[in-house]
Formats: sequence, C-alpha cells, structure tokens
Amino acid sequence: MAWDYIIEGLTGAINLIISGDAELLNILFRSIMVSGIATIYAGVIGIPIGVFIGLSDFRGKNILKSIFNAMLGIPTVVLGLILYLFLAPAGPLGFLNLLYTTMGISLGQMLLILPIVVSFTMNYIEGVDEDIKDLTLTLGADRIQMMIKVVEEASLGIILSILTAFNRAIAELGVATIIGGNIFIKGGELNTRVLTTAIQMYVTRGEINMAIALGIILISVAYTLSLLSNYLQKRWIES
Amino acid sequence: MILLNLISKTFGDRQILRNINLKVNNGEVLAILGYSGAGKTTLLKIISALDTNFTGEYLFNGINVKKNPEKVRKHITMVFQNPTMFRGTVFENVAYGLKVRGYDKEYIRDRVSEILELLGILEFMDKNAKKLSGGEKQRVAVARALVVDVDVYIFDEPTSNLDIENIKIIEGALENIKKMDKTVIITTHNLFQARRLASTVAYMEKGEIVEVGKTEEIFKKPKDERTYKFVNGTF
Ligand SMILES: Nc1ncnc2c1ncn2[C@@H]1O[C@H](COP(=O)(O)OP(=O)(O)OP(=O)(O)O)[C@@H](O)[C@H]1O
Ligand SMILES: [Mg+2]
Repeated sequence: MAWDYIIEGLTGAINLIISGDAELLNILFRSIMVSGIATIYAGVIGIPIGVFIGLSDFRGKNILKSIFNAMLGIPTVVLGLILYLFLAPAGPLGFLNLLYTTMGISLGQMLLILPIVVSFTMNYIEGVDEDIKDLTLTLGADRIQMMIKVVEEASLGIILSILTAFNRAIAELGVATIIGGNIFIKGGELNTRVLTTAIQMYVTRGEINMAIALGIILISVAYTLSLLSNYLQKRWIES
Repeated sequence: MILLNLISKTFGDRQILRNINLKVNNGEVLAILGYSGAGKTTLLKIISALDTNFTGEYLFNGINVKKNPEKVRKHITMVFQNPTMFRGTVFENVAYGLKVRGYDKEYIRDRVSEILELLGILEFMDKNAKKLSGGEKQRVAVARALVVDVDVYIFDEPTSNLDIENIKIIEGALENIKKMDKTVIITTHNLFQARRLASTVAYMEKGEIVEVGKTEEIFKKPKDERTYKFVNGTF
C-alpha cells in the first residue's frame, strides 16, 4: 500500500521526537542559535534604520523604500551564491574564514531578513498617527524623546517584524546550504547542520523518519511563533 | 510676548495664511474666531512653534522662532482639535509632559492627581486612555497640557462637540490658568465662550486677520463689516 510508506515514516518520526533523539535536539538547538543570532543582528541594525527612514522626510526616500521592498523577495539561493562569492577563500572577504561556519550562515540570514526588519519597522513607524509627533513636541519633548515615543507607539509592529524575520531565517535553505555546507560530525564543534539542510539531506539519503521528524519540528517552531504573533496583536488591540 | 509679523503660509499653491500681524501680550486671553477653513488651526500650529514652514517673522519673547523652535516649544503647549491619546493609561498620558521635563516620580504623581481632580477625571487615572469617550478624552487632553508649567497655553476648539457638563469643567480649568496670569489662546465656534473667557478677540477670514480688539468692542461695535456679520450671525 502506498500509504504505508507515509504512515510508517510518520510513526517513526513521532517516535524519534518523543524519545528526544539527541541528534534531533542538537540540530534544533543549532538552528535556533544560528537564526537567533541572525535575528538579533538584523534587529540591532535594521530597527534603527527603519525608525530613521520612517521618521524622516528626504528626497529619495521612496526609492530607498522600494529598494528594501524589492529585497524582501530575494531568492535565498541567489543570496547564498552572492555571499559565497564574497566569502570563498579567493573572494574579497575570504580572509574572514566565515565559509562553512555557523557564523557565516548567521551573516547570510541576517542579510536575508534585514529588509524584513527595515520595511516592517518603517511601515509601522509611518503608521503612527501624525499627531503623536506634534503632541510629544508640544508637551515639551525634544527630538530624541519624540522618537522614543513614536517607537513606543509602534513597538508591537517592531516585535512582529522580529518574529517574522526569525521565521524566515530558520526556514530558509539556500544560504544554509551554500554557506553552511551541512557539516556534521558527532561531537564535533564546527558543525553547521541546521533543520532545513538536515531535512534535505535525509530525504536524499532516504532516511524518511528523520526527515519527517525534522519537518514537524520546523513547522512547530514556525507555528508557535505565529501563534505568539497573533496573541500579541490581540493583546495590543485590546490594550 | 508673541509677535507675528507678516506671516504667510501656503500648502502647495494654495495660500492658507496671508500677511498675519498679531501681538499677544503676556497674561492676555485671546480668542481667535472664524469660519471653518479660515486657517485658525494652521495659525495655532505656527504660534505653538510646531510648524516653522512659513514666511514672515515670528518672535517669541524676542526669540526668533524659525531659528529656535525647540527652545520656544518649552514655553508653549497646545491642545489639538482632535484629542489624540498616547497608548497607555490616563495617568501616563497626563504625566508625559512632566516626565520629559525630568521631574521625580513623587512630584509627578501629586501634580497629575491634582490636575485630574480639577478636571473631574481622577477616577479614570488607571484607565486605558484610548477607550475613553470623546468628552473624557478631551478632558484628558486639557489635563495633559495644564499639568505642565509654561507661559502660553493654546487650545484649539477645546469644547467642540461637548455637552454643557464637559464645557463647564473645561472652562473652569481655563479660568484657573487665567488666574495665574498665563497667556491663553483659544479658538472656538462658540461665541458665548469667547465672550466669557477672552480679553481680546481676533476675527479671521480666508487666511487673514480681519480685526483684533477688546472682546466687548468686537462684539458690540466691530469696525469691519465682515466681523459684524460673523458675530451677529447674519449672512
Ligand atoms: N496639511 C494640509 N495640506 C493642505 N491643505 C491644508 C492642510 N492643512 C490645512 N489645509 C487647508 O488650510 C485651510 C485652513 O485649515 P485650518 O485647519 O487652519 O482651518 P480652521 O480655521 O482651523 O478650520 P476649522 O474651524 O474647521 O478647524 C483649509 O482650507 C484646509 O483645507
Ligand atoms: Mg481648526
């Protein structure tokens, strides 16, 4: 029966998850670390950029916005390729020794999600009622205090942008494959295998239980985060 | 002292304010009257140093406002026509002007309570400001401005769409700052209100100040026919 194949795979996968398979957990934690670091960097760099663009009014602002918007849709393999050209030993940034490292993946994912953070932040900042700015100023705030208030008013949007960015990072394959290389040695310290590269590998190897188990985990992470987003949005509207 | 010298403003190619000359002395209560669209709000945003995109000269206590809007804003506060609330509680809204001035927590708590009491909204202190009714929001907006100690208080239609009860409370609060010899500028569509509160009245039409004078003069024997028509409600 054709269905047996899937059902057996699923059962095997669920067993792996329930037993808390060490390799599974190892990959999951690495994935969270790698994409978490990428998200932190993207936040540290992207939020100020988004706030700045959102608050200011200059010539070329719309062009800048459309560049960031266009970058939202960049195919991850292409980004991986470009980054590879830079990070390869012969490339201009080869001396950084980031190729086939988790830091390299984080860097690539950071570039991937930076436009998400910038665009979202910018849009939420621009969405803050125009009167809020004037209100802070007329109540005696200086420019910095005004900006802080506007960011406060847009803070939910900024948090959502971070969650969305993390989800995009942890689910991408192109950068992780090309820059990370899916290295895994038991007990090794230089491993770069993450959820997506592992799924791809187990499928090609025909180890369908492991692949399904990792897929379920990846979906669970994404789903949990989107539940959290919804919850926060609801709380925000009510508060 | 507020001194406006030939202030003009355009939005795109529409001239909204035309050669406005106006002098407001310290301690004066000025009501600006005029039809909807006359340019009252536009003028108030300039006086409050929120909008420096105008031509002409504006001096506030001798300071050139165009060059030093930040400095001037410390001395003026404005209540907007539509009461915008910050996210958070009524307390947080009203405390904002004190917080940015760096007062300590205890002082802020006392001062905010005092003002909320004055406006009859002490009980709303911990309520979500965005969820209040229109009249309650309007009172929070007034409280938020009155809580700070500045030289000039500007109110853009503080009582439009409010019932008698709310109007009484807000006018009471205005009387309070009048007693402290503060400068007050108010716009209103309510002629009775202007008469009750103002020492001076300016009448605006189509972006121009048609006439400025003592309140009684403007109402009893205005010099300009347009002012006469407006205060007497004739067409
Ligand atoms: N940001 C803007 N861009 C273009 N036109 C504007 C802008 N703000 C105001 N105007 C125009 O300027 C004119 C004066 O507006 P303003 O809000 O100052 O009138 P007002 O006297 O306060 O009216 P109301 O009594 O209805 O509040 C109006 O015709 C308005 O359409
Ligand atoms: Mg107005």
